Amino acid sequence: MKIMINGKSYQASPSETVLQVALRNGIYIPHLCYHQRTGPAAKCRACVVQVEGMNGLQTSCNLSVRDNMKVITDSPAVKAAQKMVVDLALSTGKHDCLACEQNGDCELQDAAYYLGIEHPSYQVEIPDYPLDDSSEFIYVERDKCISCGRCVVGCNQNVVNEVINFAYRGFETKIVFDQDLPMGTSSCVQCGECVQLCPVGALIDKRARGKGRPWNLEKIETVCPYCGVGCKLELHVDTLKNEIIRIKGVEDSPTNEGMLCVKGRYGFDFVHSPERLTKPMIKENGQLREAEWDEAINLVASRFNEIIEKHGSDSVAGLASAKVTNEENFVFQKFMRREVGTNNVDHCARL
Amino acid sequence: MAGLAASLGSGAMTNDIAGIKEADVIMIIGSDTTAAHPVIAARIKQAVREGKTKIIVIDPKQIDIAKFSEIYVAQRPGTDVAVINCLMQVIIKNGWEAKDYIKERLEGFEELKAEVLKPKYSPENIEKISGIPAASLIQIAEMFAKAETAAVFYAMGITQHTTGTDNVWSVANLQMLCGNLGKPGGGVNPLRGQSNVQGACDMGGLPNVYPGYQKVGDPAVQEKFEKAWGKKLSPKVGITITEMIDGAYDGKVKAIYVMGENPYLSDPDQNHVITALEKTEFLVVQDMFITETAEFADVILPAAAYAEKEGHFTNTERRVQRLQQAVNPPLDVKTDWEIIQLIANAMGSDWNYQSVADITSEINLLTPQYGGITWDRVGRLGLQWPCPTETHPGTPYLHKDRFARGLGLLKGIEFKEPNELPDEEFPFILTTGRVLQQFHTGTMSRKTQGLNNLAGPMIMISAADADKLGIENSEKVRLSTRRGEIEAPAFVTRRISQGVIYVPFHYKEAPANRLTNPAIDPVAKIPEYKVCAAKLEKIS
Repeated sequence: MKIMINGKSYQASPSETVLQVALRNGIYIPHLCYHQRTGPAAKCRACVVQVEGMNGLQTSCNLSVRDNMKVITDSPAVKAAQKMVVDLALSTGKHDCLACEQNGDCELQDAAYYLGIEHPSYQVEIPDYPLDDSSEFIYVERDKCISCGRCVVGCNQNVVNEVINFAYRGFETKIVFDQDLPMGTSSCVQCGECVQLCPVGALIDKRARGKGRPWNLEKIETVCPYCGVGCKLELHVDTLKNEIIRIKGVEDSPTNEGMLCVKGRYGFDFVHSPERLTKPMIKENGQLREAEWDEAINLVASRFNEIIEKHGSDSVAGLASAKVTNEENFVFQKFMRREVGTNNVDHCARL
Repeated sequence: MAGLAASLGSGAMTNDIAGIKEADVIMIIGSDTTAAHPVIAARIKQAVREGKTKIIVIDPKQIDIAKFSEIYVAQRPGTDVAVINCLMQVIIKNGWEAKDYIKERLEGFEELKAEVLKPKYSPENIEKISGIPAASLIQIAEMFAKAETAAVFYAMGITQHTTGTDNVWSVANLQMLCGNLGKPGGGVNPLRGQSNVQGACDMGGLPNVYPGYQKVGDPAVQEKFEKAWGKKLSPKVGITITEMIDGAYDGKVKAIYVMGENPYLSDPDQNHVITALEKTEFLVVQDMFITETAEFADVILPAAAYAEKEGHFTNTERRVQRLQQAVNPPLDVKTDWEIIQLIANAMGSDWNYQSVADITSEINLLTPQYGGITWDRVGRLGLQWPCPTETHPGTPYLHKDRFARGLGLLKGIEFKEPNELPDEEFPFILTTGRVLQQFHTGTMSRKTQGLNNLAGPMIMISAADADKLGIENSEKVRLSTRRGEIEAPAFVTRRISQGVIYVPFHYKEAPANRLTNPAIDPVAKIPEYKVCAAKLEKIS
């Protein structure tokens, strides 16, 4: 089917919403509570549009497309309504961008930019919630929360850990962990799903703070090194420093659909650990000493050759690895079979 | 894997992760899914939440995912064959088996019947053996068999037994009997524990098969590889990891080349492993760190981390996925394949791989299941083997219209007790496993302080046993077996059955594998980590 947006015709499929068709075609409509993985909530009302034949403005995130639907996203009336919503969100929290971790990757900032809001118009006393830094990996700054509810949906419907919810009423509404416990003492397992879904700087990766602006970090997709689920990771890397700053889940991966666990998301310190080996080592008189590659490789090769010569190929055994790539395992077993001449190759599949 | 390969013709997880939501019933047996495979657990919990799927959890610990279950029961560790045979007896006696499916796609039904219909597998009797109430066994059998589509998910809780192969074959029996193989949402789903354990097996990192499970000793296979590699190859099946350690202990194995593994902490009976490593004439360890195993090495070769290299991992659902280099390795650190090539050539050989992609091409040529999974085709989201040609779309679930071996083979499996049972001196059953926040021997996870703050060593005991011995929560206790002892804080809980103790194996300061029994399954050669006899003592 086809729909018209701002006078132009676009292809659409019946399962799509107006917001999805617009975003897919590069037409920005401000949206704060909608996320592709939490679905439409129609709560924030920043995504309102005008539809021919319908009374009043419509939230585009939960509006299914119909054939020949005519949608306007940028009329003065639409933009005034969107502006009011975003202005109120900006006025009711501590949205100071300068040192905010989310600056440059903030959806509230994007909406304000699009609508040309320089300063919030309303003077509202902000609740001044204490920072919650009780958890190992996640930092909670409730004054930045816009109550979009994505973290609540993510925690309850995506990872189904059932820790986060809204509590209290009206202006006092806030997200809580269990029975309003500090995050670190709640039943939260710190998978970071809420951090990944948060559109603003209310839930952030504690250890990444101050370590790099989003636009300075290169994003590279790879695979998690821990269990066998094979979650796809997006590594955010400071290439000049040669350092991984944070990790997110790849949202369209069929294995993890953006979700990760506490190890996959936060357990990457080993890559940059000062304990990493940086030189080959050779044991002499019971002590390990550093060596150059040539010396180490030649020693290994000559000792293998000697032992094969003296005791036969089957006196040598090799352990391949469940933690290295297919290509590396392939050449390892080829080495054992072709060069050493034995099938004594195994790995810890059973352990 | 041996049990599945024999019964179905292929030893991998039969179904895919995305298909989880298609299941009406999921049985989780021997898998602490939320701890060891958290994102698959999330997918299962989503399916429950959406209302279509019901889950049955059978585990000695009341694991986290039991909260979402329709039925949760605790079996005595090591009684899985007895439990599954009992379920099959109830199913057959009530005529709930998939009759047409058995006729068309299976063989061996009469033999299976002869075993499972024996009176010793009656629910009343199995209640005595396993501790699961007879009424629950009947309820589980009915719920499972009557489901349109039911899946079984398991992990090392099924395989790490002296009867590991029997356990796996029993799960396959149950799934064949109920016609749950070869359709979306069903299947026998062993969850692989490490990022590329599936790939390491697929690539022939096993003593009895070349890449693609092509058998060592089969003359046609040997000829194929001899031709491709231009060298004579050994027709003799090699030895497994536990046999390597024994061989080193006995002096038959003189040299061991270890790439990215840590048998010091991962193998059973640590004191035996230590002596074996000490006796090894020449030990080479290739790793990112000086691991506990590397302390014994004659040469250590520094290798790159996952984020520092390219290549592929194959996940538990047989999906081959691309690794991309994100950071540079430290100076003077090389990738594993580069190191192996250097050694091969220093030994006088003629290797000439210019890139990882060169190796991928050789894999495509020699591994039938990977024939179509070329460097250029893998794409962002990967491809699932078998994928034999460049036009094949990949295979989300196996055994669709026929089993890899033709007919699925049902087999009567007799229940056998574990190798070491509790006695007067060692009255507890010790079982081992993982926690969410740590991974395997901790080489990677324990470098993140936050993870260590969340999860340190512990000895999990039941509240009833703690009361009896006067042990408080977090109090340091001593746990010993015939092979050694460890000390760690007690974790007192009502989630574990009385008489059972659980210890995670990640910690070198309280190594569970100092205690475990090295007795192995005769076919799969897997050690019995999940059951041994232990003694628990208060220290002060």
